Amino acid sequence: MSAPFLTTEKLHLRLPGRILCQSLGFSLKAGECWGILGQNGAGKTTLLHTLAGLHPPQGGEIQLCGDPLQTLSRREIAHRLGLMPQDTPDPFPATVLETALIGRHPHLSRWQWESRQDIAMAQTALHQVGLSGFARRQVNTLSGGERRRLALATLLVQAPPVMLLDEPVNHLDLRHQHQVLSLLQQQSKKGHAVIMVLHDINHAARYCDHVLLMFNNGETLHGTNREVLEAKRLSRLYEYPIVMQHSATEKWFMARR
Amino acid sequence: MLTHHNMQKTLSIRLLLPVLLTLTLASIMLALLIGNIPLGPSTLLHVLDGSETGLARSLILELRLPRALNAFVTGGLLSVAGALMQVLVRNPLADPYVLGISGGAAVAALLAMLFGVSGYWLTGSAFAGALLAMALVFVLSRGGGGSWTPTRLLLTGVVLATGWGALISFILAVSPDTNLRGMLFWLMGDLSFTAHSLFPALVLAGGLLACWPLGRDLNILNRGEIQAGALGVDTPRLHTVLYLLASLLTATAVVQAGSIGFVGLVIPHLIRLLGITDHRILLPAAALAGGSLLILADTLARSLLAPQQLPVGIVTALLGIPLFLYLLQRGGRPQ
Repeated sequence: MSAPFLTTEKLHLRLPGRILCQSLGFSLKAGECWGILGQNGAGKTTLLHTLAGLHPPQGGEIQLCGDPLQTLSRREIAHRLGLMPQDTPDPFPATVLETALIGRHPHLSRWQWESRQDIAMAQTALHQVGLSGFARRQVNTLSGGERRRLALATLLVQAPPVMLLDEPVNHLDLRHQHQVLSLLQQQSKKGHAVIMVLHDINHAARYCDHVLLMFNNGETLHGTNREVLEAKRLSRLYEYPIVMQHSATEKWFMARR
Repeated sequence: MLTHHNMQKTLSIRLLLPVLLTLTLASIMLALLIGNIPLGPSTLLHVLDGSETGLARSLILELRLPRALNAFVTGGLLSVAGALMQVLVRNPLADPYVLGISGGAAVAALLAMLFGVSGYWLTGSAFAGALLAMALVFVLSRGGGGSWTPTRLLLTGVVLATGWGALISFILAVSPDTNLRGMLFWLMGDLSFTAHSLFPALVLAGGLLACWPLGRDLNILNRGEIQAGALGVDTPRLHTVLYLLASLLTATAVVQAGSIGFVGLVIPHLIRLLGITDHRILLPAAALAGGSLLILADTLARSLLAPQQLPVGIVTALLGIPLFLYLLQRGGRPQ
């Protein structure tokens, strides 16, 4: 049993007038791939930002690779944990390659310039997300889905042990959704720990080994995919009737007609 | 193909700084030769080797050279301040004056003139006004909970700038007519009254040196606070540093030459349109380009209708607008 990469203890998150989660305690280990499900506004993004140290919790403790999160500098956190944000603005021109290359930032010293090796790493990541021919393109000429894949490439270049992803398959077409999700699953199999916010239960069912549900009343529930994903519970999560169908090899969830 | 692209890019980056340095030297040369009394290159050589000791020597060394250097430093200060301000508020429309720093300086200077103050005291009160405006925006945009967003900073700054504008109009309305010409200086920008001192050059050099190690952080901050924070940038601290640096550079430029429009807005975009997006290159390149543009503009301003001198702000707009629009059109074309 390896030591957990990320643990929370009695984590308490609040927004004005609303409780997002109460005494949430879980531990994320190397090789695990977690999905977070919940309605819009349930606090999924706030939770990810809190785990990344970008938002102070109202209570409880987070440990990252054995150290309390608040004792680590931003740079130390960036060595251990990365976040693919929900959206990445681009007010000024930049090429796709330059944007992927910023993932190397935490690994370079203040005076160091990106080397040939760093550029090669960025190119590999672009290749992995299917943006090989895009290196010279301006970011603002990309489609929504291409931007998401570029943001993922930046995270792959950063290559932290813990990867947090906020709706990684937003704007992606079906083929790219599955390519990205299996790429993330491979990352966890290589020893990274992955947590991602998802909106499609079936994505979580197929690619995640653990699932965390965030209910609108601040209740949370987590466990293995098999334990947690159940039609009645999901209906309560989304406040909408959901049924499970299954074939001999697979099960899937859908909204009831 | 990619290695080809990289080679091409490093080549153009390697060429950029020498080209800009040449441009700077050429503009200084022009500024020395052109004017009310035009001089030939041979006179310049004679002044440099010491064989010319007459009027031309004092014209070049005592009037035109200091003025050209002042123009360079002022242009550099404005361009670097503009680039930093654009990253700070993540808005391409930001310029050094967007947060009302020039307004604060102008109000303090106009009040000082109204009370008959001049010389170093005038400069001093303008600087104090700029610092006061900086502090006001900084404190007010933090609000009660200490929350800070680019939008909030921008809105606070723009509203305060409007307030300073109203105060300026009020002071102008109640001032005696004899003061008006001097007061116009603060509104239009003018290099003809500039006091010669080393301080602005030191601020420019210090500012560039302070930004240099922050270059990669600035590149990342362009992608938003969340992305920057996740990649290990201490964004609250970087925001404070950027705010203080940009404001100090602007305040120094305003005290030098009033509010010269356009340079701080356009020069950073001009460098970006040339394909330079890395702030480690963009900032020094903007300083050189902005400095050269202001030397050229000032030379034109004092020679177009000689012996009458135009406020340099008019000429920066006349030169800068067509240049910028041309580059924008060209850059917008699909490759």
